[in-house]
Amino acid sequence: MTPSNQHDEKKPFPWHLVFFLGPGLLIYVVFSVYPLLDTLVLSLYNEQQGQNGFVGLQNFITLVTDDTWSQAFWNALGNNFKFFAIHMLVQNPIGLLLAVLLSSPKLRLSGTYRTLIFMPTMLSVVIIGFVWQLLLSPIWGISENFLYSIGLGQYFDAWLGKESSALITLAFISVWQFVGIPMMLIYATLLNIPDDIVDASVVDGANSFQTFWHIKLPLILPTIAMVSILTFVANFNAFELIYAVKGALAGPDFSTDLMGTFFYRTFFGFQLQQGSASMGAAVATLMFLIILVGVMLFLFFIQRRIQRFQF
Amino acid sequence: MKLFSRLIPFSGMRQVPKRVTVHAVLLAYTVIALFPILVVVINAFKERRAIFRDPLGLPDSDSFTLVGFQQVLLRSDFGLYSWNSLVVTILAVGLVLLLGAMAAWALTEYKFKGNLLITFLFAMGIMIPIRLGTVSILSLMVNLDLVNTLTALVLVYIAQGLPLAVYILSEFVRTIPKELTEAARCDSVSEYKIFFCVILPLLKPAMATVAVFTMIPIWNDLWFPLILSPGEETRTITLGVQQFVGQYVTDWNSVLSALTLAIVPVLILYTIFSRQLIRGLTSGAVK
Repeated sequence: MTPSNQHDEKKPFPWHLVFFLGPGLLIYVVFSVYPLLDTLVLSLYNEQQGQNGFVGLQNFITLVTDDTWSQAFWNALGNNFKFFAIHMLVQNPIGLLLAVLLSSPKLRLSGTYRTLIFMPTMLSVVIIGFVWQLLLSPIWGISENFLYSIGLGQYFDAWLGKESSALITLAFISVWQFVGIPMMLIYATLLNIPDDIVDASVVDGANSFQTFWHIKLPLILPTIAMVSILTFVANFNAFELIYAVKGALAGPDFSTDLMGTFFYRTFFGFQLQQGSASMGAAVATLMFLIILVGVMLFLFFIQRRIQRFQF
Repeated sequence: MKLFSRLIPFSGMRQVPKRVTVHAVLLAYTVIALFPILVVVINAFKERRAIFRDPLGLPDSDSFTLVGFQQVLLRSDFGLYSWNSLVVTILAVGLVLLLGAMAAWALTEYKFKGNLLITFLFAMGIMIPIRLGTVSILSLMVNLDLVNTLTALVLVYIAQGLPLAVYILSEFVRTIPKELTEAARCDSVSEYKIFFCVILPLLKPAMATVAVFTMIPIWNDLWFPLILSPGEETRTITLGVQQFVGQYVTDWNSVLSALTLAIVPVLILYTIFSRQLIRGLTSGAVK
C-alpha cells in the first residue's frame, strides 16, 4: 500500500488502514495462514533421518504405498467417504423434509419445533458422543428395551462395539446431531421464495407436490449444494466424535478411523508408533488437498451452474 | 383423486388431516431430537439402582439424589474448567467482533493495493479448517512459550473466527448508506471517529449474529484444548468432561452428572441467544 501513495504527496501514509486492518490481519496470518502454509512445506521434510532434511514427495509416497502406512491411510480415507455418504443420504433428505414441513403456511408452533430440533446441534460433539454411548450401551438397556417394545428386540446389538456396525452407528449419531443445519438453511431459503411465484403456479393449477417439485426445489438447489459442501468440509475434518466414543485408536480394529483421528495418531503417536511432525504434516496436507478439491469443484461447477436459479 | 381435490379446493376437507400429519411428523422428530438429552439429565438426579431399574422414570422422593454432582464437583475441577471456557470464549469472541468489524470496515470502505488479495485470504479461511495447520501451530506456540496457556487458545480462536466475521460484517457494511460517512468526512471527522461513533453502533445487529456463530464452536472445541492446553490448570469444560467421563466410565452417577453439568450452560446460552441465532440463519447471514 505504501508505494502507490508515496509519489502522491497529498495523501499521507494511511495509518488508519494499518490501525483498522493490522491487528486482525496479523493474528489471522500468524496463527492461520502461516501455519497452514508451513504445514504444507513441512510435509516435504523428514526429521527422522537425524536432521530435518528435504525429502520431496517421499512422505506422501510412504503414506500411499508403504505397507504399514498405506493400509491405515486408505482405511481412514475410505471410512471418511462412507461417513460422508451416510450424511448426504440421510442428513440432507431428513433436513429437507423437516424444512418443508416447518415452512408450511400458517403452521402453529413452527418456532418452537425449529428451536427444539436445532438444540442438539448446539451441544459439543463430545457430549453427544457420550450420551449416545450410554443410550446404546447393552448394560443400560434403554435401546434394547425400546426395540423389544416395538417388536424388533432381536435386532439389538452392541452396534458401537462391532467392526461391521461401529462406523455406521457413529455416522448416524452425527447425522442426528447436525440435521438442524440443513433444516435451518433450507427453511430460510424456502421462506425467502417470493409468494407471487408460488401463487402463480397455484393459479396455473399445480398441486402442492407439483409446486414443490417444479418451483421450490430448483430454488433451494443452491442451498442444498452449500449444505453439501459444508457437510463435506466438516466430515473430512471430523475428529471429536470418534475420539470421545472410541478413543484415538478408533476401534474396534480401526474400523471407525477417519482422516481426523488418523492425523492425530500420526502426529502424536500411539501405543506402538512414535509421533512424527512431518508425517502428520503430510496427512494434514492430504486432508487440505481433499477439502480444497471439494471446495473448488463446488465453486467452479456446481455453484456457477446453479447461479441462474438464484433470485 | 386429483379431480376431486380440484373441485373443492377450499373446502378444508383435505387441509385438516394434512395439518395433523405435519404436526405429527414434526412432533415425532422433536421427541427424537430431545429424548437422548432428557434421558441423561433425568437420570443424573437418580440413585444408581433407579438409573438401571427405571431409566425412563422421573426421579421421585425415594430415588432423587445429588450424589453424582457431589462426586463430580469434589473429584474434578469443574468450576475451574468452566471458568477457563468462559474466559477463553468471551475474550476470543469479543476480539473477533472488534477486530473483525475493523477489518471488514477497512476492506469495504477503502480502496488500496492488496485489498482484493486480503479479502480473498480471509474468504479462504471460511472453508479451510485452521485445524489442518495444527502441526505448525503447536511448534509456533512452543517457540512463543504459550503452550498450556489460555492465551494460546484465544489467539487460535481469533484466527479461526475472523474469516466468517469479516465476511458477514463486510456484507453488512455495504448496506450502510454512503451519505452517512461522506457527510461526516465533509465535517472533517477523523476516520477513527467515523468508525467507532458512527459505524460500530450500526453494526450491532450483525455483530450479535456473528457472536453466536463464533461462540458455539469455541465453547465446544476439543481439538485445540487437547493439543495446546491439556494441563490441569488450563483445561476447558469440553476437555474436562472428555477426560472425566473417560476415566469414570463405570460410575454412572458421576458420568451422567458430568454430562448434565456440561449440557446445562449451553442450553442456557441457547435459550438466551436462540432468537438471534435463528434470525442470523434465516436472514441468510451465512450464505
